[in-house]
Amino acid sequence: MASETQLPHGDDLTIDGERRRDFIYVATGAFAAVGAAAVVWPLINQMNPSADVLALASIDLDLAAIQPGQAIVVPWRGKPVFARQLTPAEIAAANKVDAKTLRDPETLAQRTKPGNEKWLITLGVCTHLGCVPLGAREGEKRGDFGGYFCPCHGSQYDTAGRIRAGPAPKNLEVPQYAFKSPTSVAIG
Amino acid sequence: MVRLGALGVGLVFVLALLWGAVQPRDAVTPDPVRALHLAPTEIEWSYRGPGNLGIFGTFDRGQLQRGFQVYKEICSACHSIHRVAFRDLAALGFSAPEIKAIAKGYDIPSIDEKTGEPTTRKGLPSDKFPLVYANEIAARAAQNGALPPDLSLITKAREDGPNYVHSLITGYRDAPANWKVPDGLYYNPYFRSLNVAMPPPLAADGQVTYADGTKGTKDQYARDVATFLTWTAEPKLEARKSTGVAAVLFLLIMTGLGYLSYKRVWADIKRKPASI
Amino acid sequence: MSFPWAKHYEPTTDFGRYMDSRLPLPRLVYGALGAGYPTPKNLNYFYNFGVLAGVALVIQIITGVVLGMHYAANTGIAFDSVEFIMRDVNNGWMLRYMHAVGASFFFAVVYVHIFRGLYYGSYKPPREVLWLLGLVIFLLMMATAFMGYVLVWGQMSFWGATVITNLFSAVPIVGEAIHTWLLGGFSPDNATLNRFFSLHYLLPFIIFGVIILHVWALHIPGSNNPTGVDVKGPQDTVPFHPYYTAKDFFGLGVYLTIFAIFVFFLPNALGEVDNYIPANPLSTPPHIVPEWYLLPFYAILKAFTTNFLFIPAKLWGVLAMLSAILLLFFLPWLDTSPVRSNSYRPLNRIFFWVLVADCILLGVCGGKLAEEPWVRIGQLASAYYFAHFLIIIPLIARFEKTLPLPNSISESVLAKYGRTPPPGSAGSFGGTMPQPAE
Repeated sequence: MASETQLPHGDDLTIDGERRRDFIYVATGAFAAVGAAAVVWPLINQMNPSADVLALASIDLDLAAIQPGQAIVVPWRGKPVFARQLTPAEIAAANKVDAKTLRDPETLAQRTKPGNEKWLITLGVCTHLGCVPLGAREGEKRGDFGGYFCPCHGSQYDTAGRIRAGPAPKNLEVPQYAFKSPTSVAIG
Repeated sequence: MVRLGALGVGLVFVLALLWGAVQPRDAVTPDPVRALHLAPTEIEWSYRGPGNLGIFGTFDRGQLQRGFQVYKEICSACHSIHRVAFRDLAALGFSAPEIKAIAKGYDIPSIDEKTGEPTTRKGLPSDKFPLVYANEIAARAAQNGALPPDLSLITKAREDGPNYVHSLITGYRDAPANWKVPDGLYYNPYFRSLNVAMPPPLAADGQVTYADGTKGTKDQYARDVATFLTWTAEPKLEARKSTGVAAVLFLLIMTGLGYLSYKRVWADIKRKPASI
Repeated sequence: MSFPWAKHYEPTTDFGRYMDSRLPLPRLVYGALGAGYPTPKNLNYFYNFGVLAGVALVIQIITGVVLGMHYAANTGIAFDSVEFIMRDVNNGWMLRYMHAVGASFFFAVVYVHIFRGLYYGSYKPPREVLWLLGLVIFLLMMATAFMGYVLVWGQMSFWGATVITNLFSAVPIVGEAIHTWLLGGFSPDNATLNRFFSLHYLLPFIIFGVIILHVWALHIPGSNNPTGVDVKGPQDTVPFHPYYTAKDFFGLGVYLTIFAIFVFFLPNALGEVDNYIPANPLSTPPHIVPEWYLLPFYAILKAFTTNFLFIPAKLWGVLAMLSAILLLFFLPWLDTSPVRSNSYRPLNRIFFWVLVADCILLGVCGGKLAEEPWVRIGQLASAYYFAHFLIIIPLIARFEKTLPLPNSISESVLAKYGRTPPPGSAGSFGGTMPQPAE
């Protein structure tokens, strides 16, 4: 570098000098760009869920008090979870439908745990734009298909929580859960 | 006019200050605490790396776990670490089931689902370590008027924290003849006021039995628990230092390239005199 | 305005021409920080600190906005939310340390910038307004930094807020009312914390606005330079870009490296341990001190220990601390010497360095407990501070014998190389310089 600057004036434009100069400028610029990008990442990442939010992932749910035909609403990750004990009639109604004809084809069996088909556990979040559908509490409107009805934009879910009418694209989401005993599940 | 005013104001301030400076001072009796107080002993910490410089070095996982054990078996009787969550213990090398088991050993204040009355439940990994006393009044009532501080941040909340913790808990001794220790307090030259309400926590070697075979001495307990409390205060210490090494190296190279570019850009200006 | 030989922005693309006749932002940048700003070619590294201060502010604003997404301005949970940032927010520890260390670095850079201005006489005509705007920025910075420090709601935050707001109670008659009004109560509490958060968020943007005025005021007369001699012609200047952008980039690299060393390896070295203890209104820490950058002013506040001329010591302290900053606003009219740079003012240069030492000494005194000998040293150091600006500077200009100034910047540059100036550099005033043949 030092010897370079002491070259007589005019040698700047030799091919060699030109290349060397370009390389230093380009390398400096590249480093600055990479550095800026590396700084941007933490600034973006800080908006992702923090460690405490990610840790609040699992809850235990006691099903013993839920009578056939009834449902309870419990909060999980800040959203409602519907846990419903289906009546035999509701199970039959759900199984009568040919899943292939549905907007989001799924059978009741796919949406429940083997041996526990009467327990329908879904998120209480309409897949359209995230409102909480009616139908989990006593006396609420349950729609034409006997499941849940979303008051925001009229989406209707059947007794298996599948989308049947209205703008919603998907069935009510089934969270990850596992039975710990016949009457209790761990969600998350 | 401005200068004349300034001169006047300046003279008034200077005279007021000099007047204060020439006032006789009251004779001050030297504070006996200063003569007896000791600075913490410098320890070589594994997490401070070579030369104790704090540039490299990581926590010794085994030492952290031992420190946690000492905390649990001795300190936790009075001191909480309420800013630490059980899930954080993964950084000490505990597995998820182990953390679950540790959390289960603590009762967490809760609300009874049926009655709404305050109750307790078993801890979950997402919970923080519970407080030992519900509030300051309860703590002082139980501790004869003293308040055992939460230890989560203690190594950052005291000057030279890790060394201080080590020195304090190993530094109890008999008071010198000219120092009177009030009833219920203990003499400790590392404590700010020399009279500490905490009884000597480390009674004897072998007080805590380490599972990993490390010899249980009072000094070892103090080192381990001070390391553990350094982690509770600065859980991101390792990430901080490794990020720092990368960042500084990167910046040094970038600055070096910047210097070469700078010299390049200015080469023709600095050279001009030669060519004229 | 600019020098007649300044390059003019020429849009090279159709889009460039389109924008130039509608929103000529590139033209503005070109003239302010680009090749269109002719800058004296002899600026040394001390002239990097203006740009560094700007970068420091931007770092504070970016990290601050991001921290504001997680911070909770409520006395019950403020401290917890800071610890939440340190422990659970992704990269939160880094952002918070950058913000805390960044505040110290901002002040460090600004102090160098101010003392550079003092040494080279950058406050003198025609740059008085530039200097005044800079002082406004400095005042706003102090307010912002103080309120930001309170937000942590640790012991030092709380007691710092208590002590500083109590200064206002020294004002006769209405002092107590102002004090209560500032706090929104009788001691720092939720109302105080909330308004401090609101203002701490607002003021940096006002600082940013004043910086734009500061830079505008800089571009009218152009930058001062180490000789303090006015620019005489094109041979005295180089375009800001690429010459000073390259130099500033290098300076920025050095700054960021030192900054990173503090953020990652010494993040708490410039802070106080007591601020890791949550605020407790019932127990004062044994030794309350502000952050290091306010210590000199704190020392002046503490230096008044006796009533004098029927004015109580407390009011003296507050008046003096306020005056210590306000007197800088009068500096352009207190220093009447026609010579700007201390390089050519041998006597004033000595006093300048005494002032630097005095300010450092004041900083040391500010951090000490109120005991001898520090009280007396603080009093003498404070006395010198006032004497320097209000007595020595006005008088010295009348008696000082200054050194001969170089005829131009380029001549002084060439003198450093031991060469004679190129043709034409002497311009209309030199005339007698030897003119080498072409």
